[in-house]
Amino acid sequence: MTLLPARKPQGQEVKLGLVIDLDTCVGCHACAVNCKEWNTGGHSAPLPDNNPYGTDPNGVWFNRIHTFEAGQGTDSRTVHFPRSCLHCEDAACVTVCPTGASYKREADGIVLVNEDACIGCKLCSWACPYGAREYDTDAGVMKKCTLCIDRIYNENIPEDERVPACVSTCPASARHFGDLGDPESAVSQLVAERGGYELMPEMGYKPVNRYLPPRAAKKNQGPSGVGAALSRIATEDAPGAAAGSGKFLRWVDRVLSR
Amino acid sequence: MHPAYSVIFFTTASGAGYGLIATMALFGVLNGVTLDPWFGAIGFGLGTLLITGGLLSSTAHLGHPERAWRAFSQWKSSWLSREGVLATATYVPLALTAWGWIVEGSLEGPFGLFAVALALLCVLTVHATAMIYATLRTISAWHNKRTVPVYLSFALLTGSMWFHALAQMFGYQTPMQAAIVAIGLLLVLFLKRSYWRTIDLTPGASTPESATGLGDIGKVRLLDNPTMTETFVQREMGFSIARKHSLKLRRLAFLGYCAIPFALTLLTSEAAPAVAVPGTLAAAICVSFGVVIERWLFFAEAKHVSMLYYGAQSS
Repeated sequence: MTLLPARKPQGQEVKLGLVIDLDTCVGCHACAVNCKEWNTGGHSAPLPDNNPYGTDPNGVWFNRIHTFEAGQGTDSRTVHFPRSCLHCEDAACVTVCPTGASYKREADGIVLVNEDACIGCKLCSWACPYGAREYDTDAGVMKKCTLCIDRIYNENIPEDERVPACVSTCPASARHFGDLGDPESAVSQLVAERGGYELMPEMGYKPVNRYLPPRAAKKNQGPSGVGAALSRIATEDAPGAAAGSGKFLRWVDRVLSR
Repeated sequence: MHPAYSVIFFTTASGAGYGLIATMALFGVLNGVTLDPWFGAIGFGLGTLLITGGLLSSTAHLGHPERAWRAFSQWKSSWLSREGVLATATYVPLALTAWGWIVEGSLEGPFGLFAVALALLCVLTVHATAMIYATLRTISAWHNKRTVPVYLSFALLTGSMWFHALAQMFGYQTPMQAAIVAIGLLLVLFLKRSYWRTIDLTPGASTPESATGLGDIGKVRLLDNPTMTETFVQREMGFSIARKHSLKLRRLAFLGYCAIPFALTLLTSEAAPAVAVPGTLAAAICVSFGVVIERWLFFAEAKHVSMLYYGAQSS
């Protein structure tokens, strides 16, 4: 049924979701790749890859990594921005579905597609402001992030691996998974501590996922890097035992400066 | 938004069909026209052809047309489902009204009720089609108060134009026929201008800053797309049209759906059949072309909010 499940009182609702740290994300796309790897054999398998070695490769990915610049000039920041389904509380992609294929789980809030009932009308992708749904042209059905429902409840894999593939693979620990409906959960605490926010709150779909803003840039730290360190040491008056190494570094500095 | 030809054909053809059938039903029940069996057969036949052809074409863009019946199930939440239910339900009073007109030669008693129910269902079906678009908050051009009246008035205009042309062919010429066309012309003239003004002057509330949440740092611009080639979202939602072309097409559409048919209707509505029949027929064809351009623009000009993640500066 494409009606959303009845709401429970605040704090009693399980809202599984992701917290994505824009401060530590290095933009390596590993989350997207591991997501594709797991999900092409998982709940929504297979994820198509059309023309993979041609001039116009395309296919279904649940995770896309954009890179933005915020601010201008020396104050600007480059921010890598992973984007996937935010498992909205008021998911319009669910209510517009004419067949009941799109649904939101009452138990944990995960938004899924029943591919056996999907007619491939694509209206859900029009209703999603985050561009999270991708159409599978081979199967003729819509596909989307499942929050790795086949990992997080999977008793055949070790307990510490029961997190979404994107979370398990992130080398910078920029992705966190948990219950955002529980204010005591680690992810909720993280959001509270770091000022986590939702994307496009003005749209009113109440996304569950949260993004952590980049930390404030360090300013007025002076010159940094190897060159600055070398020249700083080289020009220092190094008394006593350090004199020898000072001479050596001065020589290194001279050689490197040629 | 990508202007899919199947959807453009569906909305324009079914709009004209429902408009024609509703006009036939109302004129029939209000004694505005003679219940000529041949006129009834051709009128309801053309209307049925237009709505059925439109509905069939709308299933052409589905990934699984054989599952289309499932779309009748979610009428509680989905306007697309409601449209399917209403469109199918319309066939019942359509058959009964056509029977009353063509076979019984009368739209009195129960047949009168069927005709009124038919007109009502036609309006509700077009309304449901428009609501599919009007309820999408993600597309600010559609999510406004003008989308539904625009759809309804275009259905009235195209339907009454074809009704007028068919009536002229069967030798019926009344001021009421021309009047309903004139009302349709005035409505689209006013409403579509108002629609275009609205979408030109009021962009969506979302910005690259609200989409990324990075507005506190400063102005946000895209450095790198996720992929080198276009994704499904870009192909489906990222269609854009150069503004200068869109202005030219708006003028062309306006000539088609309003200016030329207005002149033709004014000049030929009360003329002798030798002038009136080709004149009103030309007006009906002209309106239909104009509406196709208008509908193409309806999609092509509409910006989807997800494009903010792909470099769009406004929604």
